[in-house]
Formats: sequence, C-alpha cells, structure tokens
Amino acid sequence: MTQGNNPAQRRRFVTALLCAAVLAGAPAVQAEDRFITVASTTSTEQSGLFAHLLPAFEKASGVNVHVVALGTGQALDLARRGDADVVFVHDKTAEEKFVAEGFGVQRFEVMYNDFILIGPKDDPAKTAGKDILEGLRRIASADLSPRPPFISRGDKSGTHAAELRYWKAAGVEIDKAKGQGGGDWYRDTGSGMGPALNTASAMNGYILADRGTWLNFRNRGNLRVLVEGDTRLFNQYGVILVNPVKHPHVKKEDGQKFIDWVLSKDGQAAIGSYKINGEQLFFPNARR
Amino acid sequence: MPELNDGFSTAWHLLGAGDPHLLGIVLLSLRVSLTATLLACLIGMPLGALLAVGRFPGRRALIVLFNGFMGLPPVVVGLLVYLLLSRAGPLGAFGLLFSPAAMVVAQTVLVTPIVAALTRQVIADAWGTMHELLRSLGASRLRGAATLLWDSRFSLSTAGLAGFGRAIAEVGAVMIVGGNIDGVTRVMTTTIALETSKGDLPLALALGFILISVVLAVNAIAYAVRNWAERRWG
Repeated sequence: MTQGNNPAQRRRFVTALLCAAVLAGAPAVQAEDRFITVASTTSTEQSGLFAHLLPAFEKASGVNVHVVALGTGQALDLARRGDADVVFVHDKTAEEKFVAEGFGVQRFEVMYNDFILIGPKDDPAKTAGKDILEGLRRIASADLSPRPPFISRGDKSGTHAAELRYWKAAGVEIDKAKGQGGGDWYRDTGSGMGPALNTASAMNGYILADRGTWLNFRNRGNLRVLVEGDTRLFNQYGVILVNPVKHPHVKKEDGQKFIDWVLSKDGQAAIGSYKINGEQLFFPNARR
Repeated sequence: MPELNDGFSTAWHLLGAGDPHLLGIVLLSLRVSLTATLLACLIGMPLGALLAVGRFPGRRALIVLFNGFMGLPPVVVGLLVYLLLSRAGPLGAFGLLFSPAAMVVAQTVLVTPIVAALTRQVIADAWGTMHELLRSLGASRLRGAATLLWDSRFSLSTAGLAGFGRAIAEVGAVMIVGGNIDGVTRVMTTTIALETSKGDLPLALALGFILISVVLAVNAIAYAVRNWAERRWG
C-alpha cells in the first residue's frame, strides 16, 4: 500500500472534504431578506416590464419580488399548489375560475396590451389588415404549395387560450389541420412565446404574439406585423393574491402591498412609462 | 453563420466589461453545481465501493439501476424534486422551492448515480487485482472497500468531474426547481435558455462560450491539483 494510506491522513482528507461541502453550501442556503414570489407570464418577464417595474416597488416597500415566469396556465397551477404569493397573468376566464375555486382572494385588472398577428414579409396568405378573424380564415384556406405554416404556442398560456378563441370565432377547426391529413400547416410547438417566435422565424410562418415580446424580440428574420388594431386583440392582465385561507404560509401583507402598489397611481404610471424604441407596451387601466 | 462571430465578440465584450451581474450568475452556477457534486461524491463513492466489493442479494439489480440512472432525464428529476419541495408536497413546509438549495438537491439526485456507477467500475477493477492481498492481510470487505477507495482517489477524481460536468450543463432540473429568478436562482444555463427565448442568439451564444470556458477552467484546476497531490502524496 502507498505511503499516503494512513488513517490520520485519511481522516484529515475526509474532514477537509466535509468542510468544503459545508463552506460551498452555506452561502447557497443563506436566508434572504423580505421577499414575495410572484408567478407571472413570460410576456411580462421577457418583454422587460418587470425589470423596469420592480426596482421602483422594491425601493418603495423594502420587499423584494421573486418572479417565476411561466405560461398563464402553469402559473395558476403553481399558485394552486401554494408555491407563489401573487399571480400576475392574462387569461380572464382562467383567472376567474382560479378565484371561484377559492385559490385566489380577488382579481384586479391592472393593464392591457394587445396581440398581433405576425407573418412572412411577403404575406403569401394575404392576411394583412385590421380583422384578426379574416386573417386567420385566410391562413386556413390558403391554396398554396407549400402552405405557409401557423405556429401555435400549444402550452395553455394566456396567448394560447386567446389564439384558440380566435380560431373558434373564425369558424376554423384547427384540430383537423394538424398532421398530414389536414394539410399539416398547424404546428403545435408547446413552447413559450420566445421559442415559438424563434420557430416561426425559422419556418417563415404565421404566429399570434403579444406585442411586448415581439418588440423585445431580436431574431425576427423575415417576419413582420400583419394584423393589429382589432379591438378583439385586446389582452387584459389581472393580479390576484393567493388565498391565505388555502395556503397559510402565503405572505399576505407583503403580497397585498405589491398588489396595492401596481394598482396605485405610482405603479400605474410606472407601467405606462415602460417603452421600447419609444413605443409603449402596456396600458395601465386599474379601476380604483 | 454570422451569429458565431457575433457570439465570440459579445463574449469578449462581456468578459472585458466584468459585469457584476454576469459574475453573480457564473458564481451561483459554480456554487450550486460544485456543492451538488461534493454531496454526490460523499454519497455516491461509498455506495459505488460497496456495490463493487459487497456480496448481497439485489446487488446486480442495483448495479444495473445505477448504470441506467446515469441517463436520468433532468426534467424528470426536476419535476420529482419540485413535487417533493412544493408547498403541497411532503417537504413543502421547509419552503425550499425556488431557492439555490432546491437546485442543489435536484443536481445531487442527478449526479449521484453517475459518481456511484463510475466509482463502482474503478473499485471493481482494483478489487479484481487486490482482493487476494487484502484478504491475506485479514481485511474485511468493508475495510477493503475503504482502503481501495483511498488508494483509487486520484482515478476517482474523474468520476467527480463527470458528475460536475453533468450538473453544470443541465438546464431542465434547475429551471423547474429554481424558477430562473433574476438575482436569486438564475444560473448560466437558465440565462442561456432565457436569452434564446428572447431571440438574442449572439448573447445566448456568448454566454455559452463563457460557460464552456468556466467548465474547462474547473477541469484544468482539478487536473493540476491532482498532479500536484499525486506527486506530493501519491
């Protein structure tokens, strides 16, 4: 056996290893000061709104905000499990259901932005205009070869829910458009807004997006905005405190403080002042 | 691919600027993955040695299990740890979800089978050549396993590095249990995923280059330390 193989040395080595483990772990688990967890959507995070908004709130209140950005459906599910203090999302129907089930205290409307139909610059399906339903019908009935694909989020997000509503209103059965039999032009990607835009950019396809993410999106390739300004494209955001009756650990005071702030004059002004290249992304419309 | 050039120049720019935000992300990545790797070594190495020299029912099945679990999908591990640490889960009361501690737990689960399986192979080979000698010295199997672990410590560093490589490169598990919270649980891989989402491919690529450089640096340091230690104590 080698000379290093004596018990004392071995013990020293193992002790050193243990110390290293503790030292490495210690700062990683240190307690942070006051914070709340907000489950929100990729559109608010990736458009840069939170990076603009939160420093002002944190300065005013001394409460840090941890934002977990997911699709609206996922964000609400996370809150149902009690893993967030506040939800800040955009799917009115799902939000009202969340409150009705007793998981949320009350829903407040905060702001809106709008959806836009994005597509190839040359617009082969001739969708451009102000009517979202007509635009979608033209994509569905385009008699082209190869057919320009439509990229869907397919992830139960607020944008996905809105997209499905528009298809229904337009009278198009998209389930029949998936796969070879239906012409294979409807592509369900099951991904966030950014990744879905990347896919649309790579495939030169059509996609429904929120304006905030689009304005902040860099990899546009050959895409441009084709349909905008239709009042049906209005996209309302709501904020809800997770019900402390269901989940007693919810930080209700600090969570409520955050909600009060985004609905306040200061919060609303901060939302309205967020601009990318001079273009306002979100329009505050709190009712109180 | 003009993105590749943009990525390189952005990476240089970022490194040159010494952005404290980026530094924080790199340090958190290192802290989480090194902690997970250390914990995985403390659990996986004795486990691997026992699997190599032990004789007990179910041993073969365990060996196959650990070899198979080297391919554990990070997303699945992330999901399991999430359900465990979620407020509605069995360990919810600790409130560990969306913290670096949760990320350490997930990566430890991910890396332990790798360390255990590679350790088992190294120790099994050593046991093949050494067990008669150890027997003649009157060492028990347990004692033999400990001795071989110590004797093979330099070869075993590769098992640790393999585990570290897995930990620092994965994105699926830390994204789910960490939540990619800016300044709290955002690490290199989740930042890269986020920038890719935003369509900022040059920045994502630049961060990728930095991550690869960090991994190379860790391996270079480990190699140097190993050589030095081998000369000193080998």
